[in-house]
Amino acid sequence: MAARVLVGVKRVIDYAVKVRVKPDNTGVVTDGVKHSMNPFCEIAVEEAVKLKEKQLVKEVVAVSCGPQQVQETIRTALAMGADRGIHVEVSGKDYDALGPLQVSKIMAALAKKEEANLIILGKQAIDDDCNQTGQMTAALLDWPQGTFASEVVLEGDKLKVVREVDGGLETVKLDMPAVVTADLRLNTPRYATLPNIMKAKKKKISVVKPGDLGVDVASRLEVLRVEEPPQRKAGVKVETVEDLVSKLKEGGRI
Amino acid sequence: MLLLRTVSLSPASCGAALRFPTSLAGCKRPFGVAALQNARLYASQAAEAVLEKPAVASDTVAKAAAEKKPVGLESKSFAVNMFKGQISTAQVFPFPSVLNEEQSEFIRELVGPVSRFFTEVNDPMKNENLEMVEETTMAGLKEMGAFGLQVPTDLGGLGLNNTQYARLVEIVGMHDLGVGITLGAHQSIGFKGILLFGNKAQKEKYLPKLASGEHVAAFCLTEPASGSDAASIKTTAVPSPCGKYYTLNGSKIWISNGGLAEIFTVFAKTAVKDEKTGEMKDKITAFIVERGHGGVTSGPPEKKMGIKASNTAEVYFDGVRVPAECVLGEVGGGFKVAMNILNNGRFGMAAALAGTMKGVIAKAVDHAVNRTQFGNKIHSYGIIQEKMARMAMLHYVAESMAYMVSGNMDSGASEFQIEAAISKIFASEAAWGVTDECIQILGGMGFMKEAGVERVMRDLRIFRIFEGTNDILRLFVALNGFQNAGNQLKGLQKALKNPVGNLGLLTGEIGKRVRRKAGLGSGLTLQGTVHPDLAQSGDLVVKAIEQFGLTVEELLLKHGKKIIDEQLVLQRVADGAIDLYAMVVVLSRASRSLSQGLPSAQHEKILCETWCVEAHDRIMKNMKELRSSSSKQIYRNIKNISAALVENGGVVTPNPLGF
Repeated sequence: MAARVLVGVKRVIDYAVKVRVKPDNTGVVTDGVKHSMNPFCEIAVEEAVKLKEKQLVKEVVAVSCGPQQVQETIRTALAMGADRGIHVEVSGKDYDALGPLQVSKIMAALAKKEEANLIILGKQAIDDDCNQTGQMTAALLDWPQGTFASEVVLEGDKLKVVREVDGGLETVKLDMPAVVTADLRLNTPRYATLPNIMKAKKKKISVVKPGDLGVDVASRLEVLRVEEPPQRKAGVKVETVEDLVSKLKEGGRI
Repeated sequence: MLLLRTVSLSPASCGAALRFPTSLAGCKRPFGVAALQNARLYASQAAEAVLEKPAVASDTVAKAAAEKKPVGLESKSFAVNMFKGQISTAQVFPFPSVLNEEQSEFIRELVGPVSRFFTEVNDPMKNENLEMVEETTMAGLKEMGAFGLQVPTDLGGLGLNNTQYARLVEIVGMHDLGVGITLGAHQSIGFKGILLFGNKAQKEKYLPKLASGEHVAAFCLTEPASGSDAASIKTTAVPSPCGKYYTLNGSKIWISNGGLAEIFTVFAKTAVKDEKTGEMKDKITAFIVERGHGGVTSGPPEKKMGIKASNTAEVYFDGVRVPAECVLGEVGGGFKVAMNILNNGRFGMAAALAGTMKGVIAKAVDHAVNRTQFGNKIHSYGIIQEKMARMAMLHYVAESMAYMVSGNMDSGASEFQIEAAISKIFASEAAWGVTDECIQILGGMGFMKEAGVERVMRDLRIFRIFEGTNDILRLFVALNGFQNAGNQLKGLQKALKNPVGNLGLLTGEIGKRVRRKAGLGSGLTLQGTVHPDLAQSGDLVVKAIEQFGLTVEELLLKHGKKIIDEQLVLQRVADGAIDLYAMVVVLSRASRSLSQGLPSAQHEKILCETWCVEAHDRIMKNMKELRSSSSKQIYRNIKNISAALVENGGVVTPNPLGF
């Protein structure tokens, strides 16, 4: 029986919010903007909680890296059924530069510290769309990985993962411990019910610093500029098919 | 819009025709206040014709009067004081912030999942077509904890206070009023009596299953022959000779959740011995009745104009044996129970409807920014702009009222019944107007079912009728106010008998009157209380209160106890009271926003200023008309026209063609 699952939960700008770029083009506006848990992370939490409900794992630990506010995201995971939370405190400039490499170092360090046998992450976050943290974590730990999972079955000390790949499904069998990243169709996450939100208040969130884990979060990447997608230019109306064909030829389309 | 309309309809507008000094009629009469007190019983009869579930309003009027506290005990209620021409800022400034950090964080956590549930799981159109809340949704709501929002945590609920409750109800109101009524009939009135008046054993027995939704509750007051006049209920509860149970007989109509409920709060008449006279008198008692008691049956779901998803049914009690332990509150104290339940629930309607308005405003704005006509987006046209601006103001007022009242209740205020009634009246009318204008902005699209606004309009209609019709509540607001103002005058009258001992009071009062007559104002001010940027609006409130107080006093002197018969006057006074309370509520909220430097502060300032200017003008016009004798003619005309209709069984005038 896998004893412990680590689940990463990222706090991102809510999917329904219209994202705006800061006037100085250094990033996007986050002040006063509604945030929630990355939808793929919700799927990861749901999968972990399901494993626990089937009594295939003993404990589900939700991890989030960032400033104080990420505790709200951890609370949501706790309300969904995670047993306890770990808040890895990263703020200010470090938080702005926090990327997949830094987070995967943290996850790897925590996996060792917590003696986890399984890490479930969302396949990507909807803010930076990196799709790297799971892969990097597996590499750092030298664990097998099952990414883009649409089905996860725990069979003894093996993990069967059905992966959504281009053109179909691929089934892989992994030795535990392993890293899995959740794709959209893995499950439908439950709603945190109000009584469970209340109960989650009593669950523990421990706070650690990356330094405590021996992780250096310095980033080697520099963001030069963030811009709005270009506005779509108005098209032109053509009178006849001949016009259309010649316009398309002009544009090198045909 | 709404209030504007109401006001423009007010008859006094035909002013100048018959002007003669009203003071002649008034000032010869001594303070007519003692008379007013005696008129209590009559008050309930006058108001009688109206109450629906609100039956309570009339009762409340009578009861509130009867339970009046001694003269001289100052009320902190703003509304009570405005009727005396006084300003009491205690309950309105600063705008209440009652949540501590933990409560605030908790409710913040709840908002997300509840909103999501209503956008992703609940389907209002499907519920309406099914004429019930879809089973999966119902199960989801129960699991969600939505059936026990205010039940204490140790009894299985979420233990929310009124302000937290308001925040969640707002979300429900934004998405589906049919579900809102199902939840509201359950916890805002259905078992609220157990929360407010239940003893320990009753709470422990009933609340856990009610909180989980395993049992649904309903509130049973209205009967076929007893709507607004709750005192006239015919359901009886006869105690058994052994005293161990009561036998209940009677039927209740239009009971929300009547067909689903397991637990009913039922009001019935019982013979109670009068302590003083030893006479047996029929008094109302509240009972907790279980469907399992036997003899409880319910009719088929009623077909309704709106809130179709909610179940409404007749409930029959046929020889139901209710154990004596199920008496809720005191035997014979059922009025108080009913009145308190309704009083405590009204802010919830205001909160829900604030949510409804927010929802339809978003739809209207979305349409206005995307619809092109005559080459421009329609939001660029003045007429559309005015509609949207007025919608925003009405929403701002209603939302502010809801949280002002819930905040007052949470900070332990005991006197908020006028404010609560105003919030229900205002919000239900504002929501109607806002939704109507949303449909107007959407044009033909809005008339189509697909837009989802016509359903909101139908759902909304009942809010002006149930839990106290707005008409009865207007009488309630005015009579309650007059009662308080009357008490003050009575105190003054007493003081006049002993001028020396009451010199201070008298010089104050006389001074106030002299200043008013001289047009110098009463010395009242809100400077220092409101944000400096809103000083002008503050002055308008003060002026309006002065005029309002003056008018109330004149009307009291003029009509004495007969004020109770003057429904047209009462209605207009209530409109003034509503406008006035609305002014002070937005003034308080906008002041707080400015002080806190909220990003929306400047916008709120404009909303507040605009509202205050227009409301002030309406009040001034209303008060002037109330005090002018010309309105008398209008009142007479109204009476005559109505009488002619009654005699003719409808319209009197023939077709202009003559056939």
